[in-house]
Amino acid sequence: MSMLSEGRPTRQEENLNMTDDASISTHTGNRALMVDEPLIFEIGSPDRSGVDLPEAPQVESRLGGLEREAPIAIPGLSEGEMMRHYTRLSRQNYAIDVGLFPLGSCTMKHNPRLNEKMARLKGFADIHPLQPVDSVQGALGVINELAVWLVKLTGMHGVAMTPKAGAHGELCGILCIRAALEARGDAREVILVPESAHGTNPATAAFAGYKVEDIPANAAGRVDLEALKARLGPDVAGVMITNPNTCGLFEPDMKAISDAVHAAGGYVYCDGANFNAIVGKVRPGDLGIDAMHINLHKTFSTPHGGGGPGSGPVVLSEALSPYGPLPFTERHADGHITLVEEETVEDRHPHTFGRMSAFHGQMGMFTRALAYILSHGADGLKQVAEDAVLNANYILRSLEHVLEAPFAKSGPCMHEALFSDKGFTNDLTTLDLAKGMIDEGYHPMTMYFPLVVHGAMLVEPTETESKAAIDQFVGAFRSVAERAKAGDETLKSAPYFAPRRRLDETQAARKPILVWTEPEEFAQAAE
Amino acid sequence: MRYLPLTPDDRQSMLSKIGVQSIDDLFVDVPEEARLNGPIEGLPMHAGEMAVEAHMKALAKKNHAAGDMPFFLGAGAYRHHVPASVDHIIQRGEFLTAYTPYQPEIAQGTLQTLFEFQTQVARLFGVDVANASMYDGSTACWEAITMARRITKRGKAILSSGLHPHYVSVAKTMARFTKDDLAYQAPTLDAATDGQSLLDQIDDETSCVVVQYPDILGRIGELSAIAEKAHQHKALLVAVVTEPVALGAIRSPGEMDADIVVGEGQSLGVGLQFGGPYVGLFGCKQKYVRQMPGRLCGETVDAEGKRGFVLTLSTREQHIRREKATSNICTNSGLCALAFSAHMTLLGEKGLRELAMLNHKKAVQAADRLSQVNGVKLLNDSFFNEFTLVLDKDARPVVRQLADQKILAGVSLGRLYPDETALAHGLLVAVTETSTEEELEEFATALEGALS
Repeated sequence: MSMLSEGRPTRQEENLNMTDDASISTHTGNRALMVDEPLIFEIGSPDRSGVDLPEAPQVESRLGGLEREAPIAIPGLSEGEMMRHYTRLSRQNYAIDVGLFPLGSCTMKHNPRLNEKMARLKGFADIHPLQPVDSVQGALGVINELAVWLVKLTGMHGVAMTPKAGAHGELCGILCIRAALEARGDAREVILVPESAHGTNPATAAFAGYKVEDIPANAAGRVDLEALKARLGPDVAGVMITNPNTCGLFEPDMKAISDAVHAAGGYVYCDGANFNAIVGKVRPGDLGIDAMHINLHKTFSTPHGGGGPGSGPVVLSEALSPYGPLPFTERHADGHITLVEEETVEDRHPHTFGRMSAFHGQMGMFTRALAYILSHGADGLKQVAEDAVLNANYILRSLEHVLEAPFAKSGPCMHEALFSDKGFTNDLTTLDLAKGMIDEGYHPMTMYFPLVVHGAMLVEPTETESKAAIDQFVGAFRSVAERAKAGDETLKSAPYFAPRRRLDETQAARKPILVWTEPEEFAQAAE
Repeated sequence: MRYLPLTPDDRQSMLSKIGVQSIDDLFVDVPEEARLNGPIEGLPMHAGEMAVEAHMKALAKKNHAAGDMPFFLGAGAYRHHVPASVDHIIQRGEFLTAYTPYQPEIAQGTLQTLFEFQTQVARLFGVDVANASMYDGSTACWEAITMARRITKRGKAILSSGLHPHYVSVAKTMARFTKDDLAYQAPTLDAATDGQSLLDQIDDETSCVVVQYPDILGRIGELSAIAEKAHQHKALLVAVVTEPVALGAIRSPGEMDADIVVGEGQSLGVGLQFGGPYVGLFGCKQKYVRQMPGRLCGETVDAEGKRGFVLTLSTREQHIRREKATSNICTNSGLCALAFSAHMTLLGEKGLRELAMLNHKKAVQAADRLSQVNGVKLLNDSFFNEFTLVLDKDARPVVRQLADQKILAGVSLGRLYPDETALAHGLLVAVTETSTEEELEEFATALEGALS
């Protein structure tokens, strides 16, 4: 994830060091391959269509007298126009396929194309979630096989496969905790969350009806164990801890934290967003964790798709497994797999907290993740974690003399390296450095997160970058960082070479325009 | 390992640069007793592309693909033809492997398509604004209920008996923890919707009335009277659309004054995929926009005055507001929203209307044919592309028997409502542009056989 600071004004150009060539104007305003694309509403027409359909049968309609008469006003394009529209737009996007994407905590690793091909096999892509279970044994097999991998990789007892994304998985884990406490008649009200946590953690706890309190961090960027212990008590339902944490550091006291929480009658939720750093190296189940979501789009390479769909299965301890959601798969000795859902739940899973979404979870992501896991195997997944951590430490040690690295002295980082904006002059900020990196041809690192570090820059290279690619990135990063320290004013107006200059987010938020309106309607509205 | 570029020499030179001896020196924070010393036992080692493909294909072959046999399932997931160009677009790496557009200068492709998506959804639903999508229809429905609670500051939602039972289950799961009060009863096998009963239930404590349109049994009920009564009591009307193609044929909920309209967008561009990932649609009246959950894309200008797009109103969202956010949602269903939008762009209004009427008229034909089968009655007077048949026996074994004959007959109400014996004879049948007359005949003949 990344942080946006809303309301940041667009800066005016100052000392703009443009080349002469850039001042040459073109008739269209385009610059060769950098082509602007209108909205479909400006180029399409409701009478045009890129789809040919057969004639409908000649029968009377039975729509209950509710025929849609008013115009829908959705424009169509022919197939060629449609392809060109989206292809042109696609070229205004940065993506992993385009270059190194060091967005800390988001894990932008290569997305293997075999996974895409597998998800499109008709036996997976063209089956309905409510087909009789005998007709979908292979699909249930995928869910079951992936579930077994996730349980073994984490050393946990069970797994809930249906959560639709990481935050949905957090909700699943917190509801398990709540259901378990209610089952013993214990109405606890508070969830403790470190200040450095992803914003989803407190939002999830609140969404599930809990009060949220902060846990302080110590000087080494870890949970302050003594402060945590002092706060534990009969009102604390549990803690939500990210490990490795959002500073990119492993919590060495994790087992002690779990033991203390358990001793006080609470449960431990682990935000598994950063599981990619430790997969195959350590099992969360050995650290006393009760519930942890796994972002399949991070650790197991399912594509981020410009912001979803995600998938967030939740591994559960023996104590919480009985409360997990419906539906889930159950493999029998003869290999047959059944689906435990409302129809069959009573005798199989009486303590479930219920259903979290229609159907069985993100099947299309399960096939992709399973193909990825099988490709790597137990040995390869361990190598994934090692290379991810190696690449991040290489960046940390290559840049720690240029930028302040708040926790670098305390030892190695895990899969991401954290820097601050200390030493920037002339009011230059992390945002300015980020925009400078865009001109260098990179997607910027995560900015202003975690909140506990001033002007935070969180760099996560992932294991799928080569040493040469990282060396080149480090060179660019060092150069822009040195400009920021030297107070180079031109950075304030970067980027210069992207499809757009800095965008005015203040205006966007003040008078939100969220849908397109015909210019005539504007004129009428103004009258 | 084909996805990992570092060579042993690279690793050695990087360790030297870092100043450590071995990779384990980078894992020193992991307590020694918790560290694993080799690959986890009992799991296979890495495999090449051919081997993985063979394994996955063997699993895929065990499933009955809808396209290989007569297929009539719906109940919230519909089989529509997805044009080849749509799948091509969503496989472009610039869309597929991009992240959430937090750096808008290099994400205009994603942002502009989201803006177009929002506009398409708003127009389809007949409302002022729509967001950049939710996980799916069922979670969007619960989010609408919580949004109505925030707006009205009341905790009692009235759920129509025609609401998809999975959507009801999701709401019940959440309401148990949030202490919202949900009024709900399972449907009865009537030709009319439960509109009158909903009108009778609305009072001054009601936050919203949640009505599916067309409903779970396929019936189409007028919504204006419910909206009017709700508004008299300062409550909201939430309309739920699980088959968006229907809105190419029937009036939009917004035209009938619904305040919030949510839905499942899977029908366009996404495909069946055994239930996910799908794409939740979420629209509402302009005046409620700041209470909306989820991502929103808005228009603005860049420093040179050029039009551009950004994520906006993020002060509603978890990464800024933390525990005070409108929702904990942190993602949308971006790539599915793109598929929906690209498919809609190919259709246009003309294509959407034609597709909708093709679905509807094929369904009329099928309803007439199937209701001629001995032991079958058609429940509905009105429907779009899905209707309820009442059989002269429990529909569950009939569905399983037909599946063994390689006919995927529909969704039995017994599967959806296992506790409602009064519904056990009900069979939901959906008919889309993908069903042929031959398949319908095959289904009718087999049904005749199963019931005689």
